Amino acid sequence: MSAVIDSHHDDHHHGPAKGFSRWLYTTNHKDIGSMYLWFSLIMLFIGGAMAMVIRAELFEPGSQIVSPEFYNQMVTNHGLIMVFGVIMPAFVGFANWMIPMQIGAPDMALPRLNNLSFWILPVAFGILLSTFFMEGGAPNFGWTFYAPLSTEYAPPTVTFFIFSVHIMGASSIMGSINIITTILNMRAPGMTLMKMPLFVWSWFITAYLLIAVMPVLAGAVTMMLMDIHAGTSFFKAAGGGDPVLFQHIFWFFGHPEVYIMILPAFGIVSHIIETFSRKPIFGYSSMVYAIASIALLSFVVWAHHMFTVGMPIAGELFFMYSTMLIAIPTGVKVFNWLSTMFKGSLTFETPMLFAIAFVALFTIGGLSGIMLAIAPADFQYHDTYFVVAHFHYVLVPGALFSLLAAAYYWIPKWTGKMYDETLGKVHFWMSFISVNLTFFPMHFVGLAGMPRRIPDYAMQFADWNMMVSVGAFLFGISQLLFLFIVLKCIYNGKAATTEVWEGAKDRGFEWTVDSPAPYHTFSSPPSMESLKSSS
Amino acid sequence: MEARKSTLKLILFTFGMFGFGFALVPLYDVFCDITGLNGKVTGPTITTYDQEISSREVKITFVTSNNKQMPWSFKSSSPQMKVETGQDYLMDFTFTNTTDKPMIGQAVPSVSPGRGARYFHKTECFCFEQQFLAAGESITIPVKFIIDPELPDDISSLALGYTLFDVTEEFANLQAKN
Repeated sequence: MSAVIDSHHDDHHHGPAKGFSRWLYTTNHKDIGSMYLWFSLIMLFIGGAMAMVIRAELFEPGSQIVSPEFYNQMVTNHGLIMVFGVIMPAFVGFANWMIPMQIGAPDMALPRLNNLSFWILPVAFGILLSTFFMEGGAPNFGWTFYAPLSTEYAPPTVTFFIFSVHIMGASSIMGSINIITTILNMRAPGMTLMKMPLFVWSWFITAYLLIAVMPVLAGAVTMMLMDIHAGTSFFKAAGGGDPVLFQHIFWFFGHPEVYIMILPAFGIVSHIIETFSRKPIFGYSSMVYAIASIALLSFVVWAHHMFTVGMPIAGELFFMYSTMLIAIPTGVKVFNWLSTMFKGSLTFETPMLFAIAFVALFTIGGLSGIMLAIAPADFQYHDTYFVVAHFHYVLVPGALFSLLAAAYYWIPKWTGKMYDETLGKVHFWMSFISVNLTFFPMHFVGLAGMPRRIPDYAMQFADWNMMVSVGAFLFGISQLLFLFIVLKCIYNGKAATTEVWEGAKDRGFEWTVDSPAPYHTFSSPPSMESLKSSS
Repeated sequence: MEARKSTLKLILFTFGMFGFGFALVPLYDVFCDITGLNGKVTGPTITTYDQEISSREVKITFVTSNNKQMPWSFKSSSPQMKVETGQDYLMDFTFTNTTDKPMIGQAVPSVSPGRGARYFHKTECFCFEQQFLAAGESITIPVKFIIDPELPDDISSLALGYTLFDVTEEFANLQAKN
């Protein structure tokens, strides 16, 4: 005990520096985590504004507000920003804040690399967003940037886009190397791999996925760069290349990427459900194996994104069945969450509401995913709004809801103050209703044949599209309420206890430190015996 | 120093995966070559078949198209022909430079259905060769081909498609570099 008091005393001199240089030079995992989270929140509003432009244009059939060219730029950058600028950095932010605290480490293993991996991100997105003000406009070829749309037919700003993707990739890879090294080497004594909190496990596996596929993406954009500027023919049929090759390489990255955006969410939701069910998670080891098998399977399913390019029947069958296999570990997870809640002493605070909505709505997205996996049916669904509905269901009420849940769950520990529970519930119900109003009707228009990525549509889709747009505007406003709740919590919240949530102290090291968490935590490692649920 | 070791390993893994991304390019070609997927066809091959093998009739369709704004006229002398498997045939393709400046074109072949590609043997063709044509010049080049008698029974027609690309600029750039 005296060791703890001593180290606390030492830390007194090196608290955070003052002013902007604190943030520029910081190597503290909590500072960097906060910067990642603020960055992704800002990007959420930028990408969200683009979604609002898209929905305003689609409010009624016909050309309304923006030109088709600008509409394409909106669709492309909305996708790129939400994937690379919101979901991924937000999860890295949570990893930075929580992994050292959950494994009882004083900081990340490579703190300077950590600083670098954050600070190149605003540079990458600065480059990407600057293309809006350049001749030829921003990238307009969709977030999947299929060649030759992104090479021969691309606006001249594509080179900026390529460098921006390179930098984003470098940032993710550095972050992942840091996370794996931290988890492998800095766990508290006695915390074996199979005693790690599930959020740590999910990030451990996600980080491996990232360093396996982000370099492949870097390779793909490098090939594009060479095709455009060095006269090579990777994707040019005239020189013996093949545009379909681009799709294979892209989705070899792209499919593991979709699990990169959901596996950490699985970890977060597991923690929240066990806390508010007041029971340890049901089937801990099956949860770990499920995450690992989803990650492994993600490498052999990529071509289900491209059933319609003309594949032999054997290929279609292989990718169809391998994709459907993923439903098994995912189902294991969903049933484990339900079993954890079964006969638990449930309470429904805001994080729990978001977590339960996650389980229900993510499952809807999973089920439409199985429909899309059916190769013969996919020929009808391909490139329709059904696909848009599917991936928004797994990414918005899936990944984004888990991020909101995590923010409510851990913000009392970060700030030492409670958020406004009533406003939190209002935020949840507004988000829950509007997210369904936005994305559920997309299934119907998609099945009826409305193609994605178009600024105009046939008259028969008008009613549903108007509903979707209303839902989207409401969802956008709801997230402004979230910003207000966060600010209110920081400046005007009631003090939070050390434990924050009833019984949380026994479930993780992060709940054993003061609220707000001191600038330096676990200068000496905690003991596993202090956690009841570890035994 | 454990942390240093894991960091180095992970950095190596990263570079390995970057290399793997590029290795996918030849792997893809080899895979398509072995399996005959994707309608990929190779250059001229020398093939003859024993006349004894029972042959059957297959309909061949010739499709010519121009990429982007390639202004040349590019046609086969007939859009379709009926052939017997295992026998040599010949089809003329005519390229005409309709512009008033010299240009370089290149036609890239593809066979559909992709599954049939490996049974479509071209014994003489202009595959992957550049055509230099002066302003207004025209040239007719034959493609000699033979359909493998092993062609699966359920395939009764094949299409040979050529897409004509304008490679004048690429070629000039290449010359400038050398």
